[in-house]
Amino acid sequence: MFEATSINHHNDQVQLRYKIVFGVMLVILIIPVVAILFTLIAKGSHAMSWPFLFDDPKDGMTAGGIFPAIFGTIWLVVVSLLASVPLGVAAAIYLSEYAPDNLLTRLINLATINLAGVPSIVHALFGVGAFVVFFKFGTSILAASLTLAIMTLPVVIVSSWESLQSVPRAFREACWNMGATRWQTIWHVVLPNAFTGILTGVILQVSRAAGETAPIMFTGAAMFLPFLPNSVFDQTMALALHLFVVATQVPDVPESLPFGVALVLVGIVLLMNTVAIWIRMHLRGKKKW
Amino acid sequence: MATASDARDKNWFIDKFFQSLMFVCGISAIVFVVGIFLFVFKEGLGFIVNDLNVAEFFFSPKWRPTSLHQPTYGILAMVAGTAAVTVLAMAICLPFSIGAAIFIAEFATGKTREILKILIEFLAAIPSVVWGFIALSIMNPLIITTFEVPMGLGVLNSALILALMAAPIVTSIAEDAFKAVPDTYREAAEALGATRWQTIHKVVLPAAKNGLLSAGLLGVGRGFGETMAILMASGHSINIPTSVFDSFRALTATIAAELGETAVGSPHYQSLFAIGIFLFFITFLINMTADFIVRGVKKG
Amino acid sequence: MVSTAHNKIEVQDLSIHYGAHKALGNVSLTVRKNEIFGIIGPANSGKTSFLNAVNRMDMMRPNMNVSGTVRIDGIETRSWRNVYALRRKIGVVFPLPVGLPLTVYDNVALAPRLAGTAGSRADLNELVERCLRRAALWDEVKDRLTHLGSLLSGGQQQRLTIARALSQSPEILMLDEFSIAVDPVTTMRIEDVLKELKEEVTIILVTNLVQQANRLADRTAFFLNGECVEIDDTETLFSGSAKDPRTNDYIGGKFG
Repeated sequence: MFEATSINHHNDQVQLRYKIVFGVMLVILIIPVVAILFTLIAKGSHAMSWPFLFDDPKDGMTAGGIFPAIFGTIWLVVVSLLASVPLGVAAAIYLSEYAPDNLLTRLINLATINLAGVPSIVHALFGVGAFVVFFKFGTSILAASLTLAIMTLPVVIVSSWESLQSVPRAFREACWNMGATRWQTIWHVVLPNAFTGILTGVILQVSRAAGETAPIMFTGAAMFLPFLPNSVFDQTMALALHLFVVATQVPDVPESLPFGVALVLVGIVLLMNTVAIWIRMHLRGKKKW
Repeated sequence: MATASDARDKNWFIDKFFQSLMFVCGISAIVFVVGIFLFVFKEGLGFIVNDLNVAEFFFSPKWRPTSLHQPTYGILAMVAGTAAVTVLAMAICLPFSIGAAIFIAEFATGKTREILKILIEFLAAIPSVVWGFIALSIMNPLIITTFEVPMGLGVLNSALILALMAAPIVTSIAEDAFKAVPDTYREAAEALGATRWQTIHKVVLPAAKNGLLSAGLLGVGRGFGETMAILMASGHSINIPTSVFDSFRALTATIAAELGETAVGSPHYQSLFAIGIFLFFITFLINMTADFIVRGVKKG
Repeated sequence: MVSTAHNKIEVQDLSIHYGAHKALGNVSLTVRKNEIFGIIGPANSGKTSFLNAVNRMDMMRPNMNVSGTVRIDGIETRSWRNVYALRRKIGVVFPLPVGLPLTVYDNVALAPRLAGTAGSRADLNELVERCLRRAALWDEVKDRLTHLGSLLSGGQQQRLTIARALSQSPEILMLDEFSIAVDPVTTMRIEDVLKELKEEVTIILVTNLVQQANRLADRTAFFLNGECVEIDDTETLFSGSAKDPRTNDYIGGKFG
């Protein structure tokens, strides 16, 4: 008896030790996030002001604001969403609601995985070859946004598919049994109940698209433009590329400027993530069945 | 009889229409993967036909596409640099990510688990260019002062950044692999008197082996494909690295740095697309292998 | 030959397989217009599969294979050009209640809306109320029509499912062990409704309660292990004069 408890005690200690080791490993991964955030805030907050957010860059981008870059990023993200969300959600609907278990479906899944794994710079090459040169969109918001859209498409497909799959099959069966067509079932019952999940995925995709640099740098984003874009056939500045430019290409930039740009970019991205997480938690709190 | 009771009505046609539409969108992923290959191949074809010397391309460390007298197109140095960084990054990333995944999957519960996962998600959300900027502005001086070397950009810096970038995806795939191990395994082990660690070590880790392998492979794929961060963290000089402090140049970064300066259709422009084809195949291979391994697990 | 005009459903040599597993083999039977046709038998005897085949739900299930013919009003169901129109004629109630995550009102109004037969708001209100009353649910939910149907209690959801099946104004009503999730008093009320409904619709009642078949069904079939053992007038079957000893044993409570 005494023997046994002592072994248990020993085991508890061993277990605690392992728990601490793995916990420390996790913390080592998390420390950088926190450290990066604090550094960006510490060094970037000097640059932060209304004029910084709402003025044009000045003096060869060593001073002034970053408004055209913020504005351009919004353009790029919105246009890419217009392309990728309908396409990605529809593809997810096909895979979740229609696709039979056959070779083609297997190929689609493989293609989706591969599309997600293609390096961003190869997406950029595709954008140049297809949209800029072949379809003659030139370097434009349209070409850049479509490149972004294809790059983020797998994320939309996978997250939408997961949301659609989370709607119980019994709901579909109930609808089919009352004579609803497949599409009516999808439109009236499945989609409304998968909506929050799909929305979460879309918001995460916004955050990803906003941060991408490689796919847009040769397809539509410009280092510096003295005017704002008027249509999707114009070039535009973008926040992510602007950070690259002020950090590497422009001499004599005050230190706070690139930190300010990075802070704005990370701020936008993390805000989007927080919104998505909030929606997900809110969804979990509100049971519908 | 005006209309038979089995007549196709408006709803029937709407249903058929949407079924076709969803199908067309459904195969879009295939269309795009094939499209990416075809368009990148099309632009690079001229180089492959006219200028490519296979031995030089793969075995020469000299990348001098702009040389007037004798342009050379060797990617050996870049492949070596990319491979070195990827290997080092994985060596750093895998133990920590798997450790973190074990903690999240086997030890953490409830709120702690939620918060940890959110923080890992935040790590994944930081854009590539911001990582590059961190490499340049924070890590670079840090490495210079810590190791007393003249330059902090290079293999070590890139590998650390890449390890952090790959950590969230490796962690989450590893966590999935652990979760996929049936609870009955754990219960059986614990019923035999195994401690939690013994259970993990003897039962959960072996069962999750393939999942972990594919997590590692995806990390490697990420390493080969990463562009902006490596462009900024590597120092970007063409060089087969011999020490972790050496500067190097990645395949991806070469495209990113040079494409803007080339004329459409020139051999230099085409050679960059040829690198793109190479990257496409490498990542294709890695992803297929990773997927194959994971699926092997699910079937077995 | 009996004139087919009296037959609502004619089933011939119906076999159902799920992959290699045989769920039902060589069943032939007819269901007459405006009768309650009972199907009894222990679990896994193919009763539910039979209903799914009548409804052509095999279309939605890649691994469900149906052979043989099912005729409704003399037309073979496989040759129906618009399978959705076929299903609209058939209301189905399954054993596990499914309240859709819509309001109680919308649950009942969904079928007519989707079919495009909803009519005016007042008509629809009246239809919803009538269906809910018939399903013995109206009094409990009349003040909660805007609540989610999926959050009602199990018994209420089952009656909601019945109301929904009625809202299609079906010609055929198929009930599969509807009383599993409902209390005995409500079961009796619904049974009374079914007796009334017989005037308008043809009812197939799959039940695990042999006495329920005895109370309601005009004729009854006994399914066992994917085989239709016997079909006869309920009275004959339950008076102990069944031809097959297994039927007598089952009805007598010797197994099941």
